[in-house]
Amino acid sequence: MKELGQKVLAGDVRSASRLIRNLEDQIPGTHVFMQQIFTKTGNAHVIGITGAPGAGKSTLTDELVFSYRQRKKTVGVLAVDPTSPFTGGALLGDRIRMLRHAEDKGVFLRSLATRGSMGGISKAVGEAIHVMDAMGKDSIIVETVGVGQQEVEIINHAHTVIVVLVPGMGDEIQALKAGLMEIADIFIINKADRDGTASLYKEVANMVHMSVTKGGWEIPVLLVESVQEPKKFAESVSVICDKIEDHYRYLVDNNLLSERLRRKTTSEFNEALWGAILQPVLNDLDAGGEMEKMIDKLLKKETDPYTLAAEVAVRYKNKV
Amino acid sequence: MAERKIRILLSKPGLDGHDRGAKVLARCFRDAGFEVIYTGCHQTPEQIAAAAIQEDVDLVGLSCLSGAHKYLFPQVVNLLKAEGADDICVIGGGIIPEQDMQPLYDAGLKALFTPGAKLDSLVEWINTNVTPRA
Repeated sequence: MKELGQKVLAGDVRSASRLIRNLEDQIPGTHVFMQQIFTKTGNAHVIGITGAPGAGKSTLTDELVFSYRQRKKTVGVLAVDPTSPFTGGALLGDRIRMLRHAEDKGVFLRSLATRGSMGGISKAVGEAIHVMDAMGKDSIIVETVGVGQQEVEIINHAHTVIVVLVPGMGDEIQALKAGLMEIADIFIINKADRDGTASLYKEVANMVHMSVTKGGWEIPVLLVESVQEPKKFAESVSVICDKIEDHYRYLVDNNLLSERLRRKTTSEFNEALWGAILQPVLNDLDAGGEMEKMIDKLLKKETDPYTLAAEVAVRYKNKV
Repeated sequence: MAERKIRILLSKPGLDGHDRGAKVLARCFRDAGFEVIYTGCHQTPEQIAAAAIQEDVDLVGLSCLSGAHKYLFPQVVNLLKAEGADDICVIGGGIIPEQDMQPLYDAGLKALFTPGAKLDSLVEWINTNVTPRA
């Protein structure tokens, strides 16, 4: 068991997949392996692909993987689909669009369910990125669940964020709203052979012209059509691939990559602190049945959450 | 806290394109609280074995209605074994004649389901026989 971390560093798929599963299932002791690999990470370019359900994220991801393979790069893909809020089950269907890479040893594709996370990815995604990075993958593509306006968690993990839009989703005010429309480093208007493409392009291009980016990155708005014509489609996606690489160079040249990494590292450290400090307290309160008693007190309005929390904080101060 | 979730790869090997049944199962397994990775039709045994390992599943469910089960199902079992992943349980379903059953069990299939099998009985079989790995 001890050698799991070593095997991941050697690029072993089965070990990496098992480690990711342990992270998803939050198996105690898994962090020992993360300790083994963490200091070896930081070499991969992480690309996020996000957009509404059915916008074409998986199909674009599949073609991007192909483009990267043509460029002799190894690729990791983390594809996220939603968990049922009712049964806890999930139907993970992103592989359907990416079948042709199944046997390519240079591609590692892993599906993940959101398991209750609301930000468009799952809690384990950040750690799974490290695992693929440690395996030596050159590029890691994270495909989010189909998102709405607000699920922007991907910005904490990806160096380059691609937002996929399709025509026919609303008026020009939609393009001005906060949230999803703010996070793109690259916009793709997919299914651009459909009605409404010209006006969507105009709205997004106008919005982009108003954006101010550090270092002068001009957010490209790229049109993709003709998924039925494989050659043309491949050419469009190859252009996207060029833009992704331009963006990476821009981040490095303008010393902006460190800023994005800092954001990710901060949020990871917050998580780790939560796990190391709050989780043991919660477990302890749960195990003793005290949690339920405190909830009862609150329901009866005998006290308030702030007073109780302060009491708990004092009690556990020197214990965790 | 730690809770292992059963992960299932559902796949259709070979040239058979009739996947209504597989889709019904995918939905049923989702509703039973499992995580189901559905690959769709026209998979080679090699693709299925590779996907099972990349996804770290506990169970591979194969559906085949075209009559090629005698070759395709054991092939998946053998490929998983060759990769040292024979702890992954493989089951099959489809139009499987009575006389093919024993050879498939002998080849390492853990269960076979034929038309008329109740969804509940499949979920129960999985809950009884598939333990998520340690």
